[in-house]
Amino acid sequence: MDIFLQQIINGLTLGSVYAIVALGYTMVYGIIQLINFAHGEIVMVGAMVAFTVIGWLAANTPLPPLLIVLIGTAAAIPACTAIGYALELFAYRPLRKAPRLAPLITAIGASIVLQQVAMMIWSRNPLAFPQIIPNMVFPVAGATITLIQIAIIMTSVVLMIALTAIVYRTKLGVAMRATSQNAPIAGLMGVNVNHVIAATFMIGAALAAVAGVMVGTYYGIAHYTMGSLLGLKAFCAAVLGGIGNLAGAMLGGMLLGVVEALAAGYMGDLTNNVFGSNYQDVFAFMVLIAVLVFRPSGLLGERIGERA
Amino acid sequence: MLEVSGLCVSFGGINAVKGIDFAVRAGEMVALIGANGAGKTTTLKALIGLLRPTEGSIRYDGVDLITVPVHQRITLGIALVPEGRGIFSRLTVEENINMGAYRRPDSAAVRTDRDGVYALFPRLAERRRQTGGTLSGGEQQMLAIARAMMSKPRLLLLDEPSMGLAPLMVRKIFDTIRTIAADGVTILLVEQNAKLALEMCHRGYVMESGAIVTHDNSAALLADPAVRKAYLGDHA
Ligand SMILES: Nc1ncnc2c1ncn2[C@@H]1O[C@H](COP(=O)(O)OP(=O)(O)OP(=O)(O)O)[C@@H](O)[C@H]1O
Ligand SMILES: [Mg+2]
Repeated sequence: MDIFLQQIINGLTLGSVYAIVALGYTMVYGIIQLINFAHGEIVMVGAMVAFTVIGWLAANTPLPPLLIVLIGTAAAIPACTAIGYALELFAYRPLRKAPRLAPLITAIGASIVLQQVAMMIWSRNPLAFPQIIPNMVFPVAGATITLIQIAIIMTSVVLMIALTAIVYRTKLGVAMRATSQNAPIAGLMGVNVNHVIAATFMIGAALAAVAGVMVGTYYGIAHYTMGSLLGLKAFCAAVLGGIGNLAGAMLGGMLLGVVEALAAGYMGDLTNNVFGSNYQDVFAFMVLIAVLVFRPSGLLGERIGERA
Repeated sequence: MLEVSGLCVSFGGINAVKGIDFAVRAGEMVALIGANGAGKTTTLKALIGLLRPTEGSIRYDGVDLITVPVHQRITLGIALVPEGRGIFSRLTVEENINMGAYRRPDSAAVRTDRDGVYALFPRLAERRRQTGGTLSGGEQQMLAIARAMMSKPRLLLLDEPSMGLAPLMVRKIFDTIRTIAADGVTILLVEQNAKLALEMCHRGYVMESGAIVTHDNSAALLADPAVRKAYLGDHA
């Protein structure tokens, strides 16, 4: 088996998830310079809601697996969007003119609240994904790719294209970019800045919902703590690519996934089994630090000062 | 058209505008002049809704503006060309221009108007795919005016459109303002360059440390020795 190619495939799968989550961080940062640390928890809620619906449908209906997963995702999206909207409205909007530390602390608080509430609703035990998706494996030049991996990578590519189209081709997208560059002037032009900011949170949360379904399906479980590390890594991916930059979040996410997977694949061999693949999580942060030493604004980030 | 009375704006205890009264009638060109820090920009920001007055009233066509949120004032036909231009530096020239028409649904009419502003500023038409931040200062000023015109304003507020521009460009910008006024748009012009402003406008208000100290016809202000001494560099 070709370990290298196999780890690239695994890395792109995980990287797809990181990229979709990183987009949520970067969009919110781009528009109000806030790091929404509760974003990872929105991913978790997406996975939990979807798993609940999927589990019930799988047990009680004869619907085809694809339809079940789609319905589960369709249930997760409005749930997450509502949370994203509520966070913006109740947690961040009142603090928009406060010093930057205040909303940051609020974000951390919100993430703790979301996690605890999720624990109360879904218990401490992980939810398992029902065995409904056929475990199909396709050979690719000495490595293999599963049906789920193909679905995850393709879904994330479609989402990235759709998001780019929204941001660069629609009126809302122009308003989002104008607001991120100069909110008061956007207001003068007739943009309801509050609506645009709320829409940004909601789009990010909808992406997070899908990411939750993807990562939950990939690993087969969903748990109330799953959002923390995933969120932190996706945040790293956003910073890696240049926070505030959409293409940067996509690139950063993919890159992080691949680096992590390669590290997991070769760590044991390279260190004579002193470090095993369980050290892969450390890699996200090592890559982040290494890149920021040389490019403090991230791979595609603009130099400070170019912001008008 | 515009009636301001008793307008006060303060920043955390500092009164920047201290109860001013002025009015602009439809079809007029009115200048608001004064030294640095007199409160001119603050006055315009209060008119457009970027700042909330602490006291006073602003009536526009009989409507009390103070309760109208900033993003809705543009739909009433008021537009501001802000101090420092306020171009969206990473949007293209054309996207900047379209932002001016953000509140207008009529896309065929918007296209016609866009052709109109391109005809007014051919330089912008050549650069429509460039980002706003790559334009020269003069071009950015043109873009700020073009963008404001896309909302089809009946009252255009301009904050120091001559700032930082070479004389030739200043003349071009002022010629454009005259053209816009000739099309029936009412103008309220804030300027450091008092001579140019008064020569173009019908009337002028002179502002000093947050208060309006004089107002008169432009010809009278241009002849007023105190105004000449303070704002027209007349040392005689
Ligand atoms: N955001 C602010 N916070 C505190 N003080 C402010 C603020 N904006 C303006 N001021 C103060 O209000 C006063 C009036 O400022 P304003 O910008 O209106 O002057 P101006 O007449 O436009 O001057 P210039 O010709 O230099 O543009 C100044 O003393 C200024 O320092
Ligand atoms: Mg000023």
